[in-house]
Amino acid sequence: MKGLEVGDLTVQFGSTVAVDHVDLEVPAGSVVAVLGPSGCGKSTLLRAVAGLEVPASGSVAYDGHSLAGVPTHKRGFALMFQDGQLFEHLDVGANIAYPLRLRHRSRAVQGQRVAELLDLVGLQGYGDRTPATLSGGERQRVALARALAVDPRLLLLDEPLSALDRGLRERLAGDLHDILRRAGATAMLVTHDHEEAFAVADRMAVMRDGRIVQGGTLDEVWRRPADGWTARFLGYATVLSGEGARRLRQLAAPSATWESVALRRSALRVDAAGPLTARVQEARVTPDQIRVQLDVDGAGSLPAVADPGTDVRVGASVRVSIDTSRIAPVPVER
Amino acid sequence: MRTRLSTRVRPCVVALSTLMVATFVAGCGQSGGSSGGSSADDSKTLVVATHDSWAMSGDVLAAFRKKTGITVKVQPQGDAGQLTNKLVLTKDSPLADGVYGIDNTFASRAVDEGVLSPYATTALPRSAAAFRLQGDGADQLTPVDYSDVCVNVDDTWFAAKGIPAPRTLDDLTKPAYKGLFVTPGATTSSPGLAFLLATIAAKGDGWRDYWTRLMANGTKITSGWSDAYEVDFTAGGGKGDRPAVTSYSSSPPFTIPEGKTQPTTHALLDTCFRQVEYAGVLKGSKNPTGMQEFIDFMLGRQFQAALPDNMYVYPVDTSVRLPESWAKFAKASPKPYSVAPSEVTRNRTEWLREWRDITSQ
Amino acid sequence: MTSLRSRAGTAALAAVPLLALAVFFLYPVGGMLARGFWPEGSFAPGRVLEVLARPRVHRVLWFTLWSAAAATAVAIVTGVPVAFALHRLRFPGRDLVRALVVVPFVLPTVVVGVAFRQLIAPSGPLGRLGLDGTATAIVAALVFFNVSVVVRTVGSFWEAIDPRREEAAAALGASPAQVFRTVTLPALLPGIVSAASVVFLFCATSFGVVLTMGGLRYANVETEIYLLTTQELDLTGAAALSVLQVLVISALLALSARVRRSVVPVDRTTKRVPRPRRAHLPVLAWTAAVVVFLMAPLASLVVASLRRGESWGLQNYRALGTTGERNALLVPATQGLANSLQVALVASLLALSLGAAVAFLVSRPGGGRPTAVLDGLFMLPLGVSAVTVGFGFLITLDRPPLDLRTSPMLIPIAQAMVALPLVVRTVGPVLRSVDDRQRQAASSLGAGPLRVLLTVDLPVAWRSLLAAAGFAFAVSLGEFGATSFLARDDRPTLPVVIYRLIGHPGAENFGMAMAASVVLAATTAAVMFAVQRLRVGSMGAF
Repeated sequence: MKGLEVGDLTVQFGSTVAVDHVDLEVPAGSVVAVLGPSGCGKSTLLRAVAGLEVPASGSVAYDGHSLAGVPTHKRGFALMFQDGQLFEHLDVGANIAYPLRLRHRSRAVQGQRVAELLDLVGLQGYGDRTPATLSGGERQRVALARALAVDPRLLLLDEPLSALDRGLRERLAGDLHDILRRAGATAMLVTHDHEEAFAVADRMAVMRDGRIVQGGTLDEVWRRPADGWTARFLGYATVLSGEGARRLRQLAAPSATWESVALRRSALRVDAAGPLTARVQEARVTPDQIRVQLDVDGAGSLPAVADPGTDVRVGASVRVSIDTSRIAPVPVER
Repeated sequence: MRTRLSTRVRPCVVALSTLMVATFVAGCGQSGGSSGGSSADDSKTLVVATHDSWAMSGDVLAAFRKKTGITVKVQPQGDAGQLTNKLVLTKDSPLADGVYGIDNTFASRAVDEGVLSPYATTALPRSAAAFRLQGDGADQLTPVDYSDVCVNVDDTWFAAKGIPAPRTLDDLTKPAYKGLFVTPGATTSSPGLAFLLATIAAKGDGWRDYWTRLMANGTKITSGWSDAYEVDFTAGGGKGDRPAVTSYSSSPPFTIPEGKTQPTTHALLDTCFRQVEYAGVLKGSKNPTGMQEFIDFMLGRQFQAALPDNMYVYPVDTSVRLPESWAKFAKASPKPYSVAPSEVTRNRTEWLREWRDITSQ
Repeated sequence: MTSLRSRAGTAALAAVPLLALAVFFLYPVGGMLARGFWPEGSFAPGRVLEVLARPRVHRVLWFTLWSAAAATAVAIVTGVPVAFALHRLRFPGRDLVRALVVVPFVLPTVVVGVAFRQLIAPSGPLGRLGLDGTATAIVAALVFFNVSVVVRTVGSFWEAIDPRREEAAAALGASPAQVFRTVTLPALLPGIVSAASVVFLFCATSFGVVLTMGGLRYANVETEIYLLTTQELDLTGAAALSVLQVLVISALLALSARVRRSVVPVDRTTKRVPRPRRAHLPVLAWTAAVVVFLMAPLASLVVASLRRGESWGLQNYRALGTTGERNALLVPATQGLANSLQVALVASLLALSLGAAVAFLVSRPGGGRPTAVLDGLFMLPLGVSAVTVGFGFLITLDRPPLDLRTSPMLIPIAQAMVALPLVVRTVGPVLRSVDDRQRQAASSLGAGPLRVLLTVDLPVAWRSLLAAAGFAFAVSLGEFGATSFLARDDRPTLPVVIYRLIGHPGAENFGMAMAASVVLAATTAAVMFAVQRLRVGSMGAF
C-alpha cells in the first residue's frame, strides 16, 4: 500500500511562496519528520496535506488517489497541534471519543476504545477529568489518543512536543515513538527540533525557505547533510572548510575527497594520544564532560570535549583525537 | 512596560481628541451664563413651561424684555398631555413660574389638580371671551390662541382619480373612500385626541359605532402626527398613499408648490375640533407678577400677530390680521366641534380605553 | 492578599459610581414607584396587584414577551453569520462594514422610524410586502436596531476561538456543520446567551419602535408605561408595570451573569484570519444581505434628504444653517449639531470616568458575587423605562443640593447613565485579561497601587478606554429616549431638532429633517469608524 505522495506542491499567500515545488513521500507505516526552522513553510505543507490550505499547484495523493477537492474531514487523517487543542467543554473521555461519535460508534465501543487509548498513552483513569486540570504533557497525550481513536490513515503532527519542557519532551518523544509503532500508524511530523525528529521518525525531510533541501532515512540525512546550513540545523556544532578542512581530512580520512566537513562537538576530544595539537581557549565543566574551545593548529578555533579531570586550563597545550563517526562531509559552500 | 501608540492608531487618537477638545472649548464659550433656574434675580427672569411646539421668534421675546426687563426662559416639556402631567407631578416644587400650552383637553386636569393660581387679566381682548374656560378654572387659565384639527385632503390626488373629495366625517366611512384615511392615534398624539373628541362631539354615544365603521373602512392609525402626515399622506414629505389625513386647518398653505400660488390640499371644515391653548401662573411660582405681565403681553397685538407665522395657530384676538395665505387657504372652521373640558377630564381614561379596544386587534 | 488599606481604596472607588447610580437612577425611579404605591399618601399595594389582574396588562405582557423573544431569535440567527464574516475573515472594506453595522444601534428611533416606515409603507419600495403596521414590522425594526449587539458580542467570542481547534475537529472527520455544532457553538454559547439576554432586554424595553412601527395596534410594557404616565397619569398602573419590568430584567441579568462567569477573558493576541474562500460565499452573501437590510433605511434617508418637493439637490443641507420653513426651529439645525457634540462630550466623559471605575472594580480577580451584582446593577438603566426615569428626575431632583431639573448638566447626566453599561462592558473584559501576576510583579518591584494602575493596567486598557469613550460619544449623539422626557431647554440636541422638524408640515422642514438625520448618521458612523480602528474586541459587545 502506498502512503502519502506530495508531488511538486506549491502554496502561496498572496505573493509569498510558502511551499515551493515540494515533493514528499510518507510510505504507509512509516513516520516522516519534516524538519525546518520556523517560517520555512513546514506547517503550511502539513496544512496543505490536511486540506486546510489550497495549493496553488501540485498534487497531494494518498494510496494513489488524488486528494484534490477532498475536504479535510473526508481525508481520513487526524491532526494534532502543538498545544493539543482539546475541546475545553468536553472531558478527557469525550475528547478522545469525539471522532468515534462523529462516526456513530456505539456507546460500548466508544467506552472500550477510550479505555484502550488512555491505556496506550499512559493515562488510565483520566476519562472524567476536564482538560483544564491537565498538565501540558497530559494534554498532549490526550490529544494524541484522540487523534489515534479511529485509526487515521495518516496522522499529522504539528510540533507535537515543542510546547513541553525539555525533560518531559525527551520522555514523551520516546513514548510517542513507541505508541506510533505499536499503533502501526503512518505519520507526518513537522518540527524545528532535530532531537524530536530523530527520536520519533524513521525518515526525514529538511525544509528551508519553502523547499525540501534534503530527504531520506535518518541515517542518510545524518551522514550526508546536504549543505553546511543543513548540517548546523541537524545539530552539528560547526562546519569547517578550506585549509582547516583539508588538514583535518589528511589526519582523519586521508582517502576521502571532501573539501568541507561538519563536526559534532564530540568529534574532537582532548586525548594525550591524539594526532592534532591545540591550545585551550575556553573550558567549562558540565556533569558529564568538560566542554572546551580549542585553537587547533592548522584548523583554527573548534569546539571539543575533554573527560572530567583532564587538565585543560586556559592557555594549556593539549593533544586532540578525531572520532570520524562524528563528522560528516558536506558539499563546499559557494 | 510601556506601550507606544502604533502609527496606525495615532491619527485616530489625534482626530478623536481634537474633536473632543474642540467641542469642549466651543461648549465653554457658549454655555457661560445660561445656567437654569431663576435663583439669581427672581424678578428679572421668568421660566415658562410649554409644549414642544413652542416656536415664538426671538424678536418677540426681546420686545418683552425691552418692555419689562424680564428675560423669558422657555422650557419645552413634551406634548400638551406630558406638559400637564409633569406640572401635576411637580406641583409641590414647580418646574417653572408659568405655563403656556395647556389646551382645552387637559385644562380641567390642571385646574382640578390645583396646579395653578388665579389671575384675572384685564388685557383679554373682547373677541377672546368666547375662548375662555367655563366654570372652575376660568380665572386660572387665560386663552391665548386656538387651532382647528380637521381632516385634510389631497385635491391633486382626488382630481387625478376623478373621485370627489370627501367632505364630512360620515364620508370617511363610505366604501368609495376605503383605505384612504390616516389619523394619528388618540392615545399618543394631541391632534389624534382632538379628532376622537370631534367624533364624540359629533356622534355622541354613537362614536364607538362610528369608529368601528371607520376601522372597517380601512382607516390607518399611526403613533404621531408626523408619521401620518409625512409618511402616509400623499401630499406629505414622504409621498404616501393616503389622500386624507388628520391635521390642522392651518396645514394647507404648506402645500403650495414652489413657484405656485395655490395649495394642493384643503381642510374639511365640517370635521374640525377646536383646540384652545391657555397660559397660567403656576402655584408656587417664584415670579408670579412676571408671569402675569407675560400673560398680558401674550394677549397684546405683537405676540398675537406673530402666532400664525411662528406657531401655526390663530390668535384669540380676532381683530388681528391674519397673513394673506392664511386668510385665503387656512380659514378656521365656522362651526367647530367641542367637548366641555370638564367632561373630557372626567371621561378621558374611559374613552381612550374604549377607543384602544376598538382600534387594536 | 487584600490589605485593609486597599480595601478602603476599593470602597472609595466604588462609592463614586454607586452614588451616581443611586442619585441619578435609583432615587428617581424609586420616587416614581413610590407615587404609584402610595397613591394618596397611604400605602396601597392592593391597587398595584389589581393592575396586574387587568386583561389588557396580560395582553401587553404577552406581546412584550413574544415580540422580544422573536426579535432576539431573529437577531441571533441574522447576526451570527455576520459575526463570522466580520471577525473570522479578512477582506477589503471589512472595518468599514464593521462600523456601518453598529450605526443603527446608536441612531435615534425618531430618525430611523420614519426612514423605516418610508420603506415599508404601502407607497414605499417595500410596500408590496404589506408589512406596515404589522407585528412583523416591529420585529424587523427591533432586529435592525439590535443586530449589531449580536455581531459584536458573538464576534468577540469568535475572535477568541483558536481556529486550529476547529481544524483539529475537521481533521478528525467532522464536517463543517459538525465542527460548528460540536466545537464552535459550545465555545460561542456564552457569547450568544449574553447577546441574547441584552438584545431581549433592549427589545422588551423598546419604545419608539413599537409605537412607530405598530401604528398603535400593539403595545408593550414600555409603551404602556408611557401611555399610563404621560396621558392617563395612572401612576399606580405605571408603577405596577415598572416593578414587573425590573423583576424580569433582574432575572435576565442574573441569568446572563451566570453564563458570563464561565467566560474566558478576551484574547488580546491578534490572529491572522484567512481570506474568504469559495465555501464562504453563502456567509458573505448573507452578510451582504444583512448590510443591505441595515443600510436600506439609511439609504432612503439619503434619497429623501436630496429631494425637496419635486426638485433634487443639496438645498436641504444648505438650509441646515437656518431655522427652517416658517421658523420651525428655535435655533438653526447646525446649532443643534454643535449642542449635540457638546452634550455628547460631557456625557461621554462622565460615562467614561464612572464606567472605568466600575470596570476596574468588576475586573478585580476573585471578586465573585459582589462584583457580579455590581456589574448587573449598572446594567439596570438599560432595562428601566425612560419615561419613569425622566419623570422621576423631575419629581426627585427638585430641591437643593440636587436641584438639577433646569441644569444644563441634566441631559448629559441622563445620557451618561445610558452609556455607562456600554463603557463597563467594553473596558471590563480588557482589564480582566491582565494577568494579576503582572500587577504582583510590578508591586514587588516597588510600584504603589496607583503606579501599578498606570504602568500595568493603563497600557493595556487605554485603547479600550478610548474606544469606550468614542462609543459612549456616539450613543449620546443619538440618544433621544431619556432626553425627550427631560426638559428641553433652548439648546436642543440634534435628535430633538430632527424631531421638531418632522413634527412640522412643509417640504422644506421635512427635507431638512432628512438632511439633519443624514448628518447625524454620518457623524455617528465617522465616530464609530474611528473607534473601530482602535480594534477593541469588546467594544459594543455585552
